[in-house]
Amino acid sequence: MTILKYHQMLINKEISALELTNLYYDHIEKNDEQIGAYITLCKEQAMNMANRAQEKINNQQATYLTGIPMAIKDNICTKDIKTTCGSKILENFIPPYNATVVEKLNSQEAIILGKVNLDEFAMGGSTENSYFHKTTNPYDNTKVPGGSSGGSAACVASDMAVYALGSDTGGSIRQPAAFCGIVGLKPTYGTISRNGLVAFASSLDQIGPLTKTVEDAGLVLNGIAGIDKFDSTSSNSGISDYTVNMKNDVKNKKLALPKNYLASGLAPDVKQSILQAIKVYEKMGVTVEEVDLQFTDYAIAAYYIISSAEASSNLARYDGVKYGYRSENFNNLLELYKNSRSEGFGEEVKRRIMLGTYVLSSGYYDAYYKKALQVRTLIKGEFDKLFETYDGIIGPTAPTTAYGIGEKTDDPLEMYLGDIYTVSVNIAGLPAISIPCGFDSQKLPIGLQLIGKAFDETTLLQLAYAYEQEVAK
Amino acid sequence: MKYEVVMGLEIHIELATNTKIFCTCTTAFGGEVNTHCCPICTGMPGTLPVMNRKVVDFAIKAGLATNCTIANFSKMDRKNYFYPDLPKAYQVSQFDLPICEKGYIDIEVNGQTKRIGITRIHMEEDAGKLIHDEGGTGSLIDYNRCGVPLIEIVSEPDLRSAEEAKIYVEKIRSIMQYIGISDCKMQEGSLRADVNLSVRPMGQVAFGTRTEMKNLNSFKSILRAALHEEKRQIKEIENGNIIVQETRRWDDDLGKSFSMRSKEEAHDYRYFPAPDLVPIKVSDEEIISFKNSLPELPQARINRYINDYKLPEYDAKILTNSKDIADFFEEAIKYDVPPKKVSNYIMGNVRKLMNINNDEVPPFTGEQLAMVIKLVSKGTISSNMASKVIGFMYEDPKNPLLIVKEKNLGAMNDEGALIKIIDEVISQNQQSVDDYQQGKKKAIGFLVGQVMKQTKGKANPQTVNKMLVEKINNLK
Repeated sequence: MTILKYHQMLINKEISALELTNLYYDHIEKNDEQIGAYITLCKEQAMNMANRAQEKINNQQATYLTGIPMAIKDNICTKDIKTTCGSKILENFIPPYNATVVEKLNSQEAIILGKVNLDEFAMGGSTENSYFHKTTNPYDNTKVPGGSSGGSAACVASDMAVYALGSDTGGSIRQPAAFCGIVGLKPTYGTISRNGLVAFASSLDQIGPLTKTVEDAGLVLNGIAGIDKFDSTSSNSGISDYTVNMKNDVKNKKLALPKNYLASGLAPDVKQSILQAIKVYEKMGVTVEEVDLQFTDYAIAAYYIISSAEASSNLARYDGVKYGYRSENFNNLLELYKNSRSEGFGEEVKRRIMLGTYVLSSGYYDAYYKKALQVRTLIKGEFDKLFETYDGIIGPTAPTTAYGIGEKTDDPLEMYLGDIYTVSVNIAGLPAISIPCGFDSQKLPIGLQLIGKAFDETTLLQLAYAYEQEVAK
Repeated sequence: MKYEVVMGLEIHIELATNTKIFCTCTTAFGGEVNTHCCPICTGMPGTLPVMNRKVVDFAIKAGLATNCTIANFSKMDRKNYFYPDLPKAYQVSQFDLPICEKGYIDIEVNGQTKRIGITRIHMEEDAGKLIHDEGGTGSLIDYNRCGVPLIEIVSEPDLRSAEEAKIYVEKIRSIMQYIGISDCKMQEGSLRADVNLSVRPMGQVAFGTRTEMKNLNSFKSILRAALHEEKRQIKEIENGNIIVQETRRWDDDLGKSFSMRSKEEAHDYRYFPAPDLVPIKVSDEEIISFKNSLPELPQARINRYINDYKLPEYDAKILTNSKDIADFFEEAIKYDVPPKKVSNYIMGNVRKLMNINNDEVPPFTGEQLAMVIKLVSKGTISSNMASKVIGFMYEDPKNPLLIVKEKNLGAMNDEGALIKIIDEVISQNQQSVDDYQQGKKKAIGFLVGQVMKQTKGKANPQTVNKMLVEKINNLK
């Protein structure tokens, strides 16, 4: 079920907001023991909100999001509701304020069912790095749901929320969406306010929706995008309705297919599906041309340097002094810091803090961080050039489908390579969407990634919608 | 051997914006602990800084007033280190692209003008304050000051004595007060200096190894710390030791400095561009318009005082040293009193009381001082009494006329009573009377003094003089 359909049912009084909310809590009760998507449920607030939503619906003031039950990744601050970031260090942290996106949802009486699981501080691609529990893939409970927004993807795929918000620093919305067979949109950097999104890598982080359909993704984007006085990196795109061109014909649009996106490392089933998808586009009159993207080979290295550098600074505030976990075991300030952080952070987070600290250290800065920034400029330039000719870039979202739980936890580098198609999008600040494009031999979903021009989500949604509708025929 | 001291200063100045650098909390000094803060300035997860444009404006003004080049493009950086008063564990500051660079100011040293280079001025946020529990059970943190905007003015190593350093800080302070970007109240910590100091044998070109002394917050401590460090370094060298590059802490109570950390132990701040803030762009048009809107600077005021008020250069310089005092002076002369008289009172009685009380401004207004001066010129009080009235007014800034009445300080204009006292003085000081009559005209001064003493200073000395002369002449 989609936002659009429930919206119509609510408007037509076929269901009440309260009934809908209860229905979703029933789903959660039935399924979440198996899936493990939620960290915190906020039933009481949700019920109150359902009543307010109903009033709005009755007064014909409902927006598309009014009364629709949804979930929020647990690294987005919700006032008076625990926001853990999947970490022991923030296990009991209750923010004193709402993220801007949460304010926007509240003002439209969206129903927040609860907060969903993630890799600790959004670092990871499998949601196995959560301090609390693992989340399983609704298609196969021995597989990971992807990550870091694994809880967001899994809860939407298993009908435990109509849609969810996630965050995407290097693919954390698109890859779990691909693994769970749903739509995941990472908007242009600056489209949605980051105020209240607990920072992992500030220059790469972006909030976005995980939905059942492309149209739903557009509807959520409409509800939460916009410039924000609390985020100076947010932009005014001037677009009030991102779905405005969605249903237009895509004939004569041009897509670029980077050659190296289909090179070695890509699972054969995934490759097959992508080639199939290209045929679908061609059938609709879209031109798809192979192009060279030479700098994307350096994207993973640049990404892990930049994101870890920013993370090492962003996560320094969790020091046991003001909020969050404090070790009981210290005799002086240095021990308080060391022990609180050693005991409070998980392995992956510590790995990245060390990596980030190293690349910023004097004597190494030029060789790593500065180089990575130069690569960033080159990657941006390369994309800009492509978009002079093309309306979008097509390729896989991830090199594989969902892998087994525990399969890659011992090999972080292998895990990092799973981000190969997604990270350059964040490095360049571009919008990208992952949409389902079939299944592999194990019946696991495959994701197709479309990358768009900066602030041109409208065309991106149009291209995605056309494919979605064409294959549904 | 003769040594030369080489000093450069880093002056931190709290800007007088109403709100903090990245949030809308007040910058007011004091206040109940942890009441001037919010999720942003206490570094709550997920919060973002948003630049207060006023801070940029103030920094540009500071740069223009110190002849700096203003950058059309500058950016903020993160300076990473752990300390409990720094809630984000990084300070947002500026590293390689500061807002102002390459300026100078001129200072007066022993009647000579000396140019001191300004390397750079950058913007940054202040940290909170640790309150060490008296009971020794732990430390508490007050985040009120967190995020109060600062500029750091870094000088070239152009200063050659502790005295020069003091004059330089005074001049910087005066300029910043004039352009209205800071109150520069040192006792509230809104102006603090770090002193970088080295010594070298006179005539040597290469600099010696320097040390840095942090957070000096009074002129006295800057002067003392610099003198002490100069002596310490010379002594080390003469004893055959080498100077260790290090950061030292000055203890003003003990009059000594202590090593805090050596170069090896120095923090690696891992500066990198602050990703949450957009670069700061300033157009040439904006720079020109700031330049045109700069208020009158101290040198312009000095010239005006000399030309318009006919004050001696010495008076003009002292009065304009502090903007508050210059403003006080200008308020007083609005009430139609001679500028030189006002200047005399300020540089004499008023300044003395301010020094004793460690005040930056007198507690009364320029108008009140003008009233005192008028009371003297009208003969209501004697000039001697004027200083007493100012003294009382300093303790309790009431209307001076009220003070005169309450304390009975009015001039003795009752001629009958005065004649009686004069008669007594003449009869008790026959020797002086004789001296006067024999042509030693100076003797009259002694007699006037005696009368003034008897009247407890309330009589008008001119009147007394006149009456005494008449009386003695009549005795003949």
